[in-house]
Amino acid sequence: MALVVLVAVLWLGAAIGETSIPFGVVAKTVANRLWDAGYPLEPIDEGIVWSYRLSRAVVAGCCGAALALSGVVLQSLLRNPLADPYILGISAGASTGAVSVAILGLGTGMMTLPMGAFFGALVAFALVSLLAVKAGRGTAAIILAGVAGSQLFNALTSFIVTKAATAEQARGIMFWLLGNLSGVRWPDAWLAIPAALAGLLVCLWHARSLDAFTFGAESAASLGISVRRTYLALVGISAMMTAVMVSIVGSIGFVGLVIPHAARMLVGIRHSVLLPAAALIGAVFMILADVLSRVLIPGQVLPIGVITALVGAPAFAFVLGQRRGRG
Amino acid sequence: MTLSASNISWGVGGAPIVDGVSLEVREGEFLGLIGPNGSGKTSLMALLSGIRKPRSGEVILDGVPIGRLGRREVARHLALVEQQAETADRITARQAVELGRTPYLGPLSPWSANDDAIVEATLANVDMAHLAGRLWHTLSGGERQRLHIGRALAQQPKILLLDEPTNHLDIGHQIGLLDLVRRQGLTVVAALHDLNHAAMFCDRIAVMQGGRLVAVGRPFEVLTAERIRDVFGVEAAIEIDIEGSCYVRFQAQNGRGGRSSSMGNGTGKRHHRS
Repeated sequence: MALVVLVAVLWLGAAIGETSIPFGVVAKTVANRLWDAGYPLEPIDEGIVWSYRLSRAVVAGCCGAALALSGVVLQSLLRNPLADPYILGISAGASTGAVSVAILGLGTGMMTLPMGAFFGALVAFALVSLLAVKAGRGTAAIILAGVAGSQLFNALTSFIVTKAATAEQARGIMFWLLGNLSGVRWPDAWLAIPAALAGLLVCLWHARSLDAFTFGAESAASLGISVRRTYLALVGISAMMTAVMVSIVGSIGFVGLVIPHAARMLVGIRHSVLLPAAALIGAVFMILADVLSRVLIPGQVLPIGVITALVGAPAFAFVLGQRRGRG
Repeated sequence: MTLSASNISWGVGGAPIVDGVSLEVREGEFLGLIGPNGSGKTSLMALLSGIRKPRSGEVILDGVPIGRLGRREVARHLALVEQQAETADRITARQAVELGRTPYLGPLSPWSANDDAIVEATLANVDMAHLAGRLWHTLSGGERQRLHIGRALAQQPKILLLDEPTNHLDIGHQIGLLDLVRRQGLTVVAALHDLNHAAMFCDRIAVMQGGRLVAVGRPFEVLTAERIRDVFGVEAAIEIDIEGSCYVRFQAQNGRGGRSSSMGNGTGKRHHRS
């Protein structure tokens, strides 16, 4: 079922755009490319579908799935319904890391863009955690620390861009920072797919441990979970997923925050079901958001971050309101 | 299965919170832990359960230092119910108890019919079977606490550690809960606020003061007027009946002793919360 939905949405993502391409052509293109079916097609249509739209839809899907998974994991581990990689500053840290590699040329060679982003993400999370502990535990502390961390890393990114980038580079980077899928091609997909799949597997492996955090970390420990090891594995995998996605499409907000709540409402709180559901909904949401970003203003492509924020901000307000209702 | 602490200490920064405590829990006994707020009861419970490591000294579970056993291994023998663990998740009563099976499950050892049977029996045991489908936030404090006990029982432990299990419950639920725990026939260590409950349910009582263990013994040995004055700062009269049960009657501190019943509501704590 999940696979059918995913394929259908990918199909949609490939067909819709500035020039609509019939669904049949999309199917024939895929058949040509995957199985050498040899349908006669316009090379331009085939090119658009395969090299441009399909790769883009696949990356969007992986990105949505990865961010939603990170959101579920962070919300469950930190017992905080407002936690997500964007709000906690992990995305901002990843951006700083990626920009440092791209512009300053830090550790080129070994340190590719995603590695830089991963490093930045880990530094950001460590800093935010430290700040949260200093500020006293509790729901508000980590969110406030995340806000401070985001601001700091965004400022650092701007500083690096302004100081070191050429005007051309700066324009590209600023567009990328808003969340942007325009430049995405197949090589990006070959990075995004394994990252999202590995993330899903690691998270699923820890599904029961995540369940055990329902009543907090101490209670998880008394249920036989080694809390520190679980934190390390899951925060690590979240940072990895976030970093890979940021290095490809920039930092995209609200997906990691809102999708987990939507998934919980639909399938409940058991992580063995919640995790795949969140991944699927995240993927579908992101592909559709990307389609919307291409067709909303004719002749213009909106950064996808704009769409997710337009949908996500009201949903965020809704989550806040619900929390208040529960006291 | 035995549990003991030998000379354990723990603290935050320079200040010791648990200071050189040695304690031997006997198999099958109900051991009460009493002491004023901030005397280190909760920290001692965390140390005994192994979720916190002592700075010095050792907690020994069945002859093995608890730090050397894996967390899963410990959780199959020993269950801790913390003070007021809450959640905002939409979890049902049954799911809360199901969490107790965690130490027996893993990615490669999935949920089985046996687990279902244990959860079913546990729900009946803590008298929550009729509310199994209810969501957590719709349940009362007493019901939630019974589920926490149920979660711990579903771990099928030999030793149960309870940190102030009766906090914020009305008197009927307090007695009911302690009675439920007593009926399980497990080794129990429970931090309690109410001295009369401690006297009623405990085989032995341990008294904490300023991080130290100042007395351990049968209720009538431990609960003396001098000790209660010394540890809690309240005047009390102790009555021991012919069966050896003892009752603590608190007395007003402004010299109007005798009219004790209104003060002696049995919480044994001064009315402020830390």
